[in-house]
Amino acid sequence: MEANPRSIGRLPAAFLTPGSSSFMDFLADHSPELLPGKRTLPPLQGAIEAPHGTTIVATSFPGGVVLAGDRRATMGNMIAQRDIEKVFPADEYSAVGIAGTAGLAVEMVKLFQLELEHFEKVEGVQLSLEGKANRLSTMIRSNLGMAMQGLAVVPLFAGWDVDREKGRIFSYDVTGGRSEEHGFAATGSGSIFARGAMKKLYRDDLTEQQAITLVVQALYDAADDDSATGGPDVARRIYPIVTVITDEGFRRLTEAESSETARAILERRLEQPDGPRAALL
Amino acid sequence: MTTPFYVSPAQAMQDRAEYARKGIARGRSLVVLQYADGIVFVGENPSRALHKFSEIYDRIGFAAAGKYNEYENLRIGGVRYADLRGYTYDRDDVTARGLANVYAQTLGTIFSSAGEKPYEVELVVAEVGTSPEGDQIYRLPHDGSIVDEHGSVAVGGNAEQISSFLDQRHRDGMSLAEALKLAVQALSRDTNGSEREIPAERLEVAILDRTRPQQRKFKRIVGRQLSRLLEADASASTPTDAPSDEEPEESED
Repeated sequence: MEANPRSIGRLPAAFLTPGSSSFMDFLADHSPELLPGKRTLPPLQGAIEAPHGTTIVATSFPGGVVLAGDRRATMGNMIAQRDIEKVFPADEYSAVGIAGTAGLAVEMVKLFQLELEHFEKVEGVQLSLEGKANRLSTMIRSNLGMAMQGLAVVPLFAGWDVDREKGRIFSYDVTGGRSEEHGFAATGSGSIFARGAMKKLYRDDLTEQQAITLVVQALYDAADDDSATGGPDVARRIYPIVTVITDEGFRRLTEAESSETARAILERRLEQPDGPRAALL
Repeated sequence: MTTPFYVSPAQAMQDRAEYARKGIARGRSLVVLQYADGIVFVGENPSRALHKFSEIYDRIGFAAAGKYNEYENLRIGGVRYADLRGYTYDRDDVTARGLANVYAQTLGTIFSSAGEKPYEVELVVAEVGTSPEGDQIYRLPHDGSIVDEHGSVAVGGNAEQISSFLDQRHRDGMSLAEALKLAVQALSRDTNGSEREIPAERLEVAILDRTRPQQRKFKRIVGRQLSRLLEADASASTPTDAPSDEEPEESED
């Protein structure tokens, strides 16, 4: 290697070698120590205490897909952070929300965003939505060693499929297993409750606004029954992060928009604490 | 058996420079201009797939004239450099100055190393600032030197003539349509002084737009948007404070 990439000098040969359009492949060749999956862990006694992100939910509607997350990070029984952000744009037409070890998850998202951007710049075209979902799969799989020591990262990936012209949702397990979800999906500690709520509220003809209400309701229900999920915090003005992806691309709701939805729900819940009731039969 | 002749270093360098210059001159020229809201790249390129301009990073664009495989190689090297730097530090730490330095070192080393063929490329690295004062344009000739340019720059075959044409007519704060029109005028002048028409579908146009809300400011202008901009300048009047000798060129479109 002729030069250190951090100093000014001639571009090292690895930079000018024709090859893969993947930034991760380039890192693996050139500076493998920067790849999250390539780190060796010392033998470990007991579990590591690190902040964990909790619930992420997503639902599709005819014009796109909504991905949202609560704002709490916990460390054991302690609240580590009240206003953590766990939903990120992956590129113009997709977003990723993460549950699990916050530090690793944020790093994974950063690398994933870069992977998509790098491909787009080198090739001149975007990866297909399937291609993006598969790349994320590979990244989670490379984190398996960490996951087995209790530092799992489990994302939810949602995006607008430009070819099929519809919103699609992909969920993952710790081993990188990927499955497409139809209608709605949830991940993280409160996901059981969120999924239950969405199961009763979801319809396949939701409008964008209804889909937004649906995910915030689901997060409310998750926070209601799971201590690790945060509900809307009116006193500190901390509300869920809600993102919408349509054929116009990624959009994150402003704080005013998301607080409006959250407050409207809160208002109704003061009268009906368990939320809207589905028909019995 | 051949007898090794003595070739003075000065002669060797001159030969290499001439070789590189000839290679670059075979390619079509391209121009990079500042306008009110950013920087515009304009070039004649019949291909839709092989680009002369591309995005390197959030605020940084790349333009190249000369041999495709060589500048493509440098372009990908630049993308890798920028992405790695942004990943190791922060997105704000990737600058055109840093990138231009790396390119200059790379080109310079290749140019002066006897074992390698000099690259037949001339590059432009441009970064759009938050205000026009923050815009940076660097021209990188084949030998590894860096020229810090202001306002407008041309590279490629007919670069000198086009540059002087642009220097006389380019002014600060032009609109995108005005800058685009000036660029097309400059490019459509032949070496012998005559003019030829460049149809919109043979133009490659890209901008670094500081008003773009996204983090990534690079955008290609194609199809209807391009023809609309070209038409807008046909109906618009002559830029008022442009030099008076511009009149003859107006007939072109």
